[in-house]
Amino acid sequence: MQHVSPVREPLVTGGKTYHDVTQDVCRQVEAAPNIRWMAALSVALVLLGVFFYSVYRTLWYGIGEWGLNKTVGWAWDITNFVWWVGIGHAGTLISAVLLLFRQKWRTSINRAAEAMTIFAVICAAMFPVLHMGRPWLAYWVFPLQNTFGSLWVNFNSPLLWDVFAISTYFTVSLVFWYTGLVPDFATIRDRAKGPIAKVAYSLLSMGWKGSAKHWSRYETVSLILAGVSTPLVLSVHTIVSMDFATSVVPGWHTTIFPPYFVAGAIFSGFAMVLTLMLITRVVFKLEDYITIEHIALMNKIMMVTGSIVGVAYITEFFIAWYSQVEFEQYAFINRATGPYWWAYWSMMTCNVITPQLVWIRRVRYSIPLTFILSIIVNIGMWFERFVIIVTSLHRDYLPSSWAMFSPTIIDIGIYVGTIGLFFTLFLLFAKFFPVINMAEVKSVLKYTVDNGPTYTGHDPHHAPTTHQTSTHGVPASAPVNYDKHD
Amino acid sequence: MTKRFALGIFDDEDVLLHAVENVREAGVKIYEVFTPFPIHGIDDALGIERSRLPIAAFFFGLTGLCFALWLQIYTLGFDWPMIIGGKPHIALPAFIPVSFELTVLFCCHGMVITFYTISKLYPRWKTPVLDVRSTDDKFVMAIEVNENTDMTKLSQLLRDNGASEVNQKEMSKF
Repeated sequence: MQHVSPVREPLVTGGKTYHDVTQDVCRQVEAAPNIRWMAALSVALVLLGVFFYSVYRTLWYGIGEWGLNKTVGWAWDITNFVWWVGIGHAGTLISAVLLLFRQKWRTSINRAAEAMTIFAVICAAMFPVLHMGRPWLAYWVFPLQNTFGSLWVNFNSPLLWDVFAISTYFTVSLVFWYTGLVPDFATIRDRAKGPIAKVAYSLLSMGWKGSAKHWSRYETVSLILAGVSTPLVLSVHTIVSMDFATSVVPGWHTTIFPPYFVAGAIFSGFAMVLTLMLITRVVFKLEDYITIEHIALMNKIMMVTGSIVGVAYITEFFIAWYSQVEFEQYAFINRATGPYWWAYWSMMTCNVITPQLVWIRRVRYSIPLTFILSIIVNIGMWFERFVIIVTSLHRDYLPSSWAMFSPTIIDIGIYVGTIGLFFTLFLLFAKFFPVINMAEVKSVLKYTVDNGPTYTGHDPHHAPTTHQTSTHGVPASAPVNYDKHD
Repeated sequence: MTKRFALGIFDDEDVLLHAVENVREAGVKIYEVFTPFPIHGIDDALGIERSRLPIAAFFFGLTGLCFALWLQIYTLGFDWPMIIGGKPHIALPAFIPVSFELTVLFCCHGMVITFYTISKLYPRWKTPVLDVRSTDDKFVMAIEVNENTDMTKLSQLLRDNGASEVNQKEMSKF
């Protein structure tokens, strides 16, 4: 029996049964890799090669391989770091915040979005570690007893807060993601034919049998993890923004940074989720699970956060003028009209103007336009970080040390390389792990149409009515209590 | 030790939920229910107590908070006091971010480790499952039986409550 809401769109289309969900999601895991996946992985591996070569050059010859100079001591590394961390945030938002808000549409996309979080944070972590120059001493950032006497890390420094924030965020996201995967691994294990798959998925599923008691605890754990991940995700980007905001550099020293960075993170994160989901649904034929409604809803979130970011840009300008601090005023005028004007206006075009197109329904529901838009937003958000960092640093208080920054081939190589790393990990995930959370999708399946009149959505003549049909051998008179599903 | 189970297979969670209530009312003890996804309301129907994991999570978080505050106050305030940016040695506002992060870290990992431990979930080579369809699309009610159990009656009870099939299975080490 399925429940048809007169006001809501179905969450899963195509009249799927529970078994269909298992079939559709496991198909990809069980089948031999298809040619498109192999082609995509080859491209990603080539980029990963670029990454390893650039890292080798950086470690062998030192940070001098990068385009940094005395004035611009952070450039692409911190730009890429903030960009990747921001991208990671959408995954946690989808799985944690939308779970708390009981947004059931998140079930189709949360798995892939969380995977994206993990991989994006791995990419992000590469930059501060490489920027250290001697990554084998990276453990110095932790408060460990050492041979230099009672020398401790500086807990007053936002850079150290970052260490704690990112490592907590990464491990908590990983655990949240993995715990969610356990029941789905059990499904694959019970269907597995080959001996290797049987053992591998048995190990991964930790002996999950789906007993009612375990499900009860599992749901408690998910809810609490969501509850603590929500402030965690906000704290992470707040702390990242404090790396800048606690300094005295004009253009950085602003109280608006924490909320502005968080909104920017959600904005770029949802753009990346859209990019990935639009590809995944086509490649793995999951159009019934990741529906046009899902895409429209994500577009709306992107529009809201994009508008917040737009307001933040304008507020920064206003406050620079209103504060009457000449250094602050210069920094902002320099951003818009100085040597990096092209970066500033790229940012404005991509982040402020283009998301406004989403107000138009036709754009929101168009797959090609959404795809283009999501890429534009990702480019725009990269420029935002570049503008904040490089334009503020290249003109500091002392005109004698004014300098320009241009990236070297190694800078570009590491950045492009992390994109390769990200896609390599994502493609491996998509092949060997279930991309859609089967257990959760099954639990919302009754919010859809089965064997009934096809729900045409916007046509008032086909407005759906509540109906009951007998499905898979269930007596039509069986008791139904929908209250228990909320 | 080998155990024998009667398995009632259901196709729909609402039917199962109703059946659980009726079977328990009939005085039959349900060993366990296996479902492909969480069914809301089944905890009450089966008489599963509310999990105390939230309480555990709270205390794990509290431990993390205390540890973080101790660590920062001890290292910067007593072990190696240094004036940084004119701030006092024990600059509590500056300690908030790390304290928050460690609270979350301890809370999450402590709770998740507890969850896996009490649920006896750990990586294993082989997992015994009563009915493999219970992770796909079937809802399985397992009732432990012995020689004295009247199988016809039990089977009839399950069928009357909407079970699409009733099977028997023996399991060692379950």
